[in-house]
Amino acid sequence: MEKVKCVCGHENPFGTKICGKCGRPLTEEAKAQKVLDMKYDGSAIRSKTYNKSIIDKIWNFFSSVKVGVSLIVITLIASSFGTFFPQKFNIQAATEAEKALYYEQNYGTLGKLYYELGLSDLYNSWWYQILVGLLAISIIVASLDRGIPLYKSLKNQRVKRHESFMKKQRIVAHGPVTEGDASKTLDLIAEKMSKLRYKVRRDGNALLAEKNRFARSGPYINHLGLIIFLFGLMLRFIPGFHVDEAMWIREGEIRAIPGMDGYYLENEKFILETYDNEPTRAQIEQGVSKIAKNYQSDVKLYKQPEGAVLGDTENLDLVKEYSIRVNHPLKYDGYSIYQMDYRLNEFKSMTFGLTNKQSGESLGTLTIDLTNPEKEYVLGENTKVEILNYYPDFSGLKDGIPQTASQYPNNPAFVFKMITPDKPEGEISFVSIGAAPVEAGDNEYKMTFKNVETRNVSGLAIKKDVTIPILIVGGIVFLIGLAIGSYWNHRRLWVQQLEDGTLLLAAHTNKNWFGLKKDLNVVTEYAHLPQYIDQLEENDETKREGDDVE
Amino acid sequence: MSLIDISSNLLLIAFFAYILGTVLIAGSIKRNDGAASRAEKWGKAGIVVAVVGFIAQLGYFITRWIYAGHAPVSNMFEFTTAFGMFLVGAFLLIYFIYRVKTLGLVALPIAILFISYATMFPTDVTPLVPSLQSHWLTLHVVTAAIGQAILAISAVAGLVYLLKEVDPKQKSKERFWLEAILYLCVVIIGFVVVTLTFRTMGYEAEFTYVDKNGMEAEIVYNMPALFGMNEYELKTDGVMEPLVELPPYINAKKLTTVVWSFIAGTILYLLYRFIVRKRICELLNPLVKKVNTNLVDEIGYRSVLIGFPVFTLGALVFAMIWAQEAWGRFWGWDPKEVWALITWLFYAAYLHLRLSKGWEGRKSAWLALIGFAIIIFNLVFVNLVIAGLHSYA
Repeated sequence: MEKVKCVCGHENPFGTKICGKCGRPLTEEAKAQKVLDMKYDGSAIRSKTYNKSIIDKIWNFFSSVKVGVSLIVITLIASSFGTFFPQKFNIQAATEAEKALYYEQNYGTLGKLYYELGLSDLYNSWWYQILVGLLAISIIVASLDRGIPLYKSLKNQRVKRHESFMKKQRIVAHGPVTEGDASKTLDLIAEKMSKLRYKVRRDGNALLAEKNRFARSGPYINHLGLIIFLFGLMLRFIPGFHVDEAMWIREGEIRAIPGMDGYYLENEKFILETYDNEPTRAQIEQGVSKIAKNYQSDVKLYKQPEGAVLGDTENLDLVKEYSIRVNHPLKYDGYSIYQMDYRLNEFKSMTFGLTNKQSGESLGTLTIDLTNPEKEYVLGENTKVEILNYYPDFSGLKDGIPQTASQYPNNPAFVFKMITPDKPEGEISFVSIGAAPVEAGDNEYKMTFKNVETRNVSGLAIKKDVTIPILIVGGIVFLIGLAIGSYWNHRRLWVQQLEDGTLLLAAHTNKNWFGLKKDLNVVTEYAHLPQYIDQLEENDETKREGDDVE
Repeated sequence: MSLIDISSNLLLIAFFAYILGTVLIAGSIKRNDGAASRAEKWGKAGIVVAVVGFIAQLGYFITRWIYAGHAPVSNMFEFTTAFGMFLVGAFLLIYFIYRVKTLGLVALPIAILFISYATMFPTDVTPLVPSLQSHWLTLHVVTAAIGQAILAISAVAGLVYLLKEVDPKQKSKERFWLEAILYLCVVIIGFVVVTLTFRTMGYEAEFTYVDKNGMEAEIVYNMPALFGMNEYELKTDGVMEPLVELPPYINAKKLTTVVWSFIAGTILYLLYRFIVRKRICELLNPLVKKVNTNLVDEIGYRSVLIGFPVFTLGALVFAMIWAQEAWGRFWGWDPKEVWALITWLFYAAYLHLRLSKGWEGRKSAWLALIGFAIIIFNLVFVNLVIAGLHSYA
């Protein structure tokens, strides 16, 4: 594409608005402006220059700020939809059907619609993820589109700018010095501006004082950070990049840790502590009698030695003893184990006695491990109890057949076969908690409940996420970029001593004109410069500062 | 006097200092016509009183912190009060950069509203549940609140800008919405008034109802029940029966409070209109007449620039670190989290529109007000209505 040649002889890339060397406005549009549009210093932006091929069109689409902002706003509105009702993954329901039912039961027709539209799993939906992807593309394209030309033009800045450039800046001053010898003025300006930590460059009768140019890189750095962060998030879709498992482990149990091959965990004790404070008004209003103080699982982490048989829990090497509490996960080898849930007083074992109904004579007792019951318990010669059927979580009869709701021993029920010297063929009895035994026929013997032992169960989560370091880097880069772009401003002051002895000044900043003017006030007074004007302020409001300043 | 009493008294001092500060600043502007020096004195006094109030509230914050053993930002009362404090702090920060007192005329009353609103919630010190027992509670909540407070200053500037720029005598959409915002402020006063009234009366009405899981539950209304919970049964004698029964997924008690607040707020507003015979924006317009709108516009932008990184750090970054620490997942799409993300996206859009599309002045001012509305929504609505990890008291 042809170059744009400026009057000063400099050849600018096609599409340049302001000559990169002297600053003369090049386009008709720029020439017509009272105050020059200084975005990207008037350099040629690809998306504003080419619009022919399909690639140009795609590029221009994504580099457009309008499109970028639209994508942000669409994401924003879409995100809010997900907060109307709880998201699916936060609902305590096992099956998909139960979840569907949950929405209808709790939120009526709206809830049903919410579920059916897929809003109940909005953030994992394909369209939400595409939206975020489009946003990422927009960030990359827009940054490249503007960042590179801006960088080039700022790097090749000349000290001396053409009058037409300077007079079209927002802040300008023109006139003789107000006091003293004009020949020293540039020295005075240079001296003061250096003190204000500006970098001063001079070229004959011209001067450029510049400060914090790096601030212009802020937006590009923070966009880079965002891209790194989004890249990290994308990696999480690849299997193996993160482990997210859960386990229930009872006190006294040793179990293989899911997702953490070769490691075993022993739960020594689960502890629940509550505060013993007087109930506060908030508690009473919410009907909370006790506030939890601590959830803790005292555990031992074991590693299986090399070459050991899978599932062999006899020979394990102790790696770490730890008390897992909320906010204090057990961390080892990149894995973290979190305290997530608990069940108190789960039945551990039940003890029954085998007694004669009539005489009350006992033939012995047996203790049943409720998670691992034996098939039969031998109490003596010709005396034993067989467990024909076991229902750990008895939930009633269905068509005359006992049902169990889960594998957890919440409400154990048994079908016993009692074999005694009197009744060698055996007597059958169905025993459940809180109900009279159901017998097949008229039994002579019965199982009498003696006692029950309980224990607590810890619910733990096992997590490993190798993308975390990438996310951390992305987050830090983003914050640094944000701080650079927000807390520092790029300020420039151009000065030229004209042939007639007057001074021409122009100043620009990308942000915070108030701060720039403060600097200018200082140098204006020190070097006796003509008073500047802000070409964007209306005439009746030339008062520069707040209502405190007279 | 115990530490907690000292703490409460300091808060009370701060509250009255903010009221006095507002009056003094308003006075300085009103009196600016004749004696400039006297007006200057009033204005200076207003700022001094505001600083005193801020220090007193800082004292409240620190003493309560010592008493409770954790940063007092763990329930609705504590957080909202702290937000009011940070708002005054942010105003003072901006004041000492730009010296625009008029902003105090909006910022201080907002802080007053916040503190009054906060005290309608249970104010006693509650012990921390295990998930909140972390230094990240302090870091995350305080940083997020400071960020939000600085962002809120842009709304303060926006309101000042619009109060001056929107002609209160000319019928327009802008005037309507501006007045609507001011009316909503009156509704908050209405909320405070009805809550205090019925509390002083000791009003209580006990109900049983059937909740959404089909379980029988109890609830106590502290205001006459306009709406009844699902299949309610009134247990207290001699109090009002609810007018309407609501389905189980709507909390009729909260709705009752909201409706009462609107009733009281509307009565107050109509009473005001009847007595003063002017819109509120017309009443306030002379107070901001002397403001330099360009400067106020820049302050609005600058406060977003200062506040946005702080908000990002506190509300997103620290939140993610804490969530990772406590639950092993840095993000859980909890409503509060999502609304923090929405706030963040909104201000990102604001910055892009301002930088690249030249949305300055009025457009920018309206955006700043919408941003503040999102912050308030996240504080009030998400906490109280949408249940999640962050639903406090």
